[in-house]
This record gives sequence, structure tokens and C-alpha cells, in this order.
Amino acid sequence: MSSQVETGRKTLILQGMKTSGLLNSVLTEIYHLKKESSVRYTRKNDNVRPFESGGETSLEFFSQKTDCSMFVFGSHSKKRPDNLIIGRMYDHHIYDLVEVGVENFKSMESFVYDKKLAPKMGSKPFIAFIGEGFESVEELKHLKEVLLELFRGEVVENLNLAGVDRAYVCTALSSNRVVFTHCALRLKKSGTIVPRMELVEVGPSMDLVLRRHRLPNDGLRKEAMKTAADKPKKKEKNVGRDVIQGKIGKVYIPDQQLGDMNLPNKAKGVKRERREAKMNKQANGHAPKKQKGGSN
Amino acid sequence: MEEARTMQVDLGNLMAFDSGHHFPSLPSSREELIEKCLEKGTELVQAVADALFNLPSTEDVDGPIVKLPPPTTKLPREKHLPKPKPPTKWELFAKAKGIKNRKKDKVVYDEQTGTWKRRYGYDRVNDDRDVPILEAKATDEVGSDPFAERRAEKKKRVEKQNKNRLQNLKQVVKAHALPSHIQLAATALPITGTQAAPKKVSKDELGNVAGLAATATASGGKFDKKLPGEKKPKHEQKHRKFLPVAEGKGQGSKEKEQTDRVLNKLLAKNSHEILNVDKAVSMYNVKKEKKRSKQKRDDSSNSSKLKPQKKVQKKPFKKGSAKKGSEKKGKSK
Repeated sequence: MSSQVETGRKTLILQGMKTSGLLNSVLTEIYHLKKESSVRYTRKNDNVRPFESGGETSLEFFSQKTDCSMFVFGSHSKKRPDNLIIGRMYDHHIYDLVEVGVENFKSMESFVYDKKLAPKMGSKPFIAFIGEGFESVEELKHLKEVLLELFRGEVVENLNLAGVDRAYVCTALSSNRVVFTHCALRLKKSGTIVPRMELVEVGPSMDLVLRRHRLPNDGLRKEAMKTAADKPKKKEKNVGRDVIQGKIGKVYIPDQQLGDMNLPNKAKGVKRERREAKMNKQANGHAPKKQKGGSN
Repeated sequence: MEEARTMQVDLGNLMAFDSGHHFPSLPSSREELIEKCLEKGTELVQAVADALFNLPSTEDVDGPIVKLPPPTTKLPREKHLPKPKPPTKWELFAKAKGIKNRKKDKVVYDEQTGTWKRRYGYDRVNDDRDVPILEAKATDEVGSDPFAERRAEKKKRVEKQNKNRLQNLKQVVKAHALPSHIQLAATALPITGTQAAPKKVSKDELGNVAGLAATATASGGKFDKKLPGEKKPKHEQKHRKFLPVAEGKGQGSKEKEQTDRVLNKLLAKNSHEILNVDKAVSMYNVKKEKKRSKQKRDDSSNSSKLKPQKKVQKKPFKKGSAKKGSEKKGKSK
């Protein structure tokens, strides 16, 4: 269902032929974080190979079936252990991909904290990106955009301030490593209306090591970045400002084509023919009725 | 520290990005690293919160609600922009004639009752059903019902409107700009985002459908009118055959035959338990012969001592006896 303004991507979480225990927990926890806006497939998919030319047809079919425009594909192999491929779709075709390896994973259950702080499901998170790498390194720039789309939740206009209780922190350690963690927020009283924020790690936390990535080609990118607001940039024509009189407008009146104009009231009595007919009738008195009056 | 300069805040996404920070040296331990990350993270989150909580808020039951600005980060769309739909026939006509749409009020003053009534809907102003008397015109036929005629006209108008609406929709479909709710309704799918093809029924299934429906009738579909080209049902629907009650001409003794058949079947099943007559007879005869020859020898060898002669017990051999091996053949010593 296409709409003018889009409100956040649904994510499809699935796995390949071989996964590790660690990868399974990673996928499950991402699913928990995104409960309402994601779909989890638990079967092993052999024919999903996003980086290969034929291997994306299954993904595109799933995307169409579940209406998910983003996917997280987990797989494990000797060459790429604990591998996550995060990809986005445009019109149910692959738009871009980024591949990361997961290291130093700490699951949600391993964190001990006051249960009252636990973030509610579906709450809009704060997202923090730290590190110059996110601006200077192209892959990290791409990853930042992807992580933002993955975790930002639904784009809403009205937000309840009492409901902000989670934050994601992503730190770029080097040109290919990002530390990702999920924290609950504790709002403390401060002197002003703005409360003092305190971050308490609730997990999961992991290091993401950049592997491959694929950016969209220019044409596709241009098309996807088109927004509805692009067109109405029209300069207001024939409007000027005068210091003394204020706003001045120019009005151009085209030549009137009297023959083709639509008359505003088509009152029967106003028609010329009828008028003339009446006049003729009166003039002729009791002349025969059949005579139609008036020459045009 | 020029943090404020390098901090970018996207309030619509509740996101903060500090591009000025870099780790001069990686902290030695993991805990230290995490601590630093959280420290920096807290700063950024605080920056977003500063902007967020300063937005004008409205009080609600659950808490203060603020109106978030639209996000500033440019992100690619997930679907193409909706295509503009082609103008409808009326819109084209109105544009050509210069007819502008005038805003109408929902309530209109009704002269007849002197009250304000709705323009449409329940209890509306010019309802067709409210007119009590219709004056006869010179053009009316004698037996015609003007009220029925008015209703028929209204129905025709509604149908025409519907037809026009569908024609307009067809134009929209051609331009691939069909609104999603109509597309869903047309294909009736439970899953969003799918263009499901209509379910294809195979030839065999279609052939069986008539048969399935036929079994619902009392006579099993035997007397249903068959369509041209429809074949007779594959197998007879009746599964039991009952013999005629009275024996008619040429029927013979069918019932007797039936019962005989049943009996033979039963016997055949239990035959291993029933006596094999021929075998029993031949065995008896053999035994008898042996006994006779033995007696002759004994007579010659022994003196005429009286030997108690045991009586030979002969049980009558009944044909078809159902007793299990309890029949003892007459045994003579």
C-alpha cells in the first residue's frame, strides 16, 4: 500500500542453512526488540544468498508476501562466522545490503538490573551514534543509516513523554567495528522541565564487524529518494512586495471571447431569442403563433 | 570541547549523532569501553531530551504529549510514490464546462415541516417516500402507479451511478493507481501486499463437484437434470442391494440361493474345524482291516481264551457338524 509519507519499515528476520547458537539468540533478541514491526521465519533457507545474483528471488518473494521492506538474514560458516546481512528493499526488490559479523555478544538475560526499568514493548527509542567514523567511512555511514531504519520504530507525529524508556547506543571504535548496546532510561528530577537522563544497560550488546556491503546504483537511489514534497517548490508568480502597500499581485485578464463564454445564469427568460420572441409577439399582437421571432 | 558544534540532532527520529568524537586510544578493558560508550551516549541522549522536553506539550491522561517534528534524515522510500489517478468522467466534464464544486451544508431547512433536516440520510429533506399525494398528469396512463414509477426511476439512477463508478475505477486500474483498500476488496486476501491469483480448480475437481452436490439430494442426484456434456456419475451411488420381497416370475428361489451362499461361505471359513468325512471313513476302514488281520493272527497263536471284546462305539457321522473336533472317531482296539 503506497502512501505519500512512509511510517517505518517492517522487518523480516530469517536464517540460512547453518546457524550457531549465538546467532540464534541474536536473531531472537532482535525480534523481541522489534516485536510488532517484524516477522520471524524459523525455517532454514538454502536458496537465500543476498550477495549473489540469483539468490535474492526468495527474499523478494517473502518481502512481497509479508510486506516487509527490510530483512535481517543470519548465517554461520567457517569463512563468515555469526554473520548478519541487513538489507533494505525498494518496491520489493533489493535496494542495498550490509554484512556484519557479531562478536562479544551479551544476551538480554545476562544483564542484571532493576526490573521496574525494563523498557515497554514498542516504545520509541532514543538513538545515539558516536564516532567520526560514521561520517568519514562510507561503509559506516551506510551502516548508520541501516541501523537507524532498523531500530527507530514507527515514525509518529505525537509522542507521549512519559513513555520514553529506551535508548540504543552505537559507537564507532574503528573504521570497521561498531559497539552496539541497548539501554533503559531512567529519568531523574532536575531543576528544569528536562529530566536528567541515566542509561542502564539492559542488553543485548554486541560488536558489529563490517564485512561486505552493497550500495544501490544511482538511478535506483534517485528514484527511492524521491519524496512527494519535491515538486511543490514553485515560486509564487505575479506576487510582489511593496514597502508602502505591502503585498501586491498582478492579475492578467485574457481577451474575452464573447461567443464561447458560458453564461452564469442560464435563466430561460434571459435568453436573447426568447426576449426577442416576446417582443415580437407583443408587437404583432395576436399574430399567428407559429412565427418564431428574431433574426440572430 | 566543541561538542555542540559536532552534534547533530534529528528530533523526528529521536536521534543524536556526534561526529566529533574519536577514541584516541582504545580503552584497555571491555568494561571501561562500555563505560565510555554509555557516558558519551548519555550526553547525546540528554541533548535529544533537552530539545524534546522543550517542545510545547498538551496534557493527556497518560502523560504530556508533544508534537514531534518530521524527521530530518533523508531515507530511501520502501515503495514507489503513489501514482496520480486519472480524472473521472465527471471531473473532466466539470473542468471543460467550468463548473466549480460548491460546499453544501449538512442540514437544510425543510419548508414543509419548518425544521432543519439533513440533506441526505435518515429523515432527509426531499425524501421520495414522504410525498403523500402525487397529482396525476395528462401524460399518465390509467393503471400505472406513480409511486412505483418514482421508485423505479430512483433505482435506475442509482444503477447508472454505480456503472459510472465502476467505469471510472477501470480507468484507474489501467493507470495502475488503484487505491489499496479497493485492491484488497477486489482480491479478498488476508495477507497484505500480495497480488494473489484466483484459485485454479483442476478439471477433475470440477468434474467431481456435480457428484458431490448430487449426494446431498434424497435420490442421490439420479434424477437431476444433466447439463449438456455432463457425464454420468462414475460409480453407482447405491451401495446395498435388496432382493425383492415377493418371489416373482423367473426369480426362482433367489432368497434361498442367497442364504445358501452365505452358509457355504461360513462353512468354508470354519472347514478346518469340521470333520472331513471321506478321510474319516477311509481311516475307519483301514483300522478295521488291521484289526481283522490281527485277530486272525491272535486266534491262531492263542488258545481260545475268552477275551473281553470291547464294543465298538460308532457315532453317527453328521454332515456339517459344527462341533470342534469333539467328534471322536470310533476307535476299536
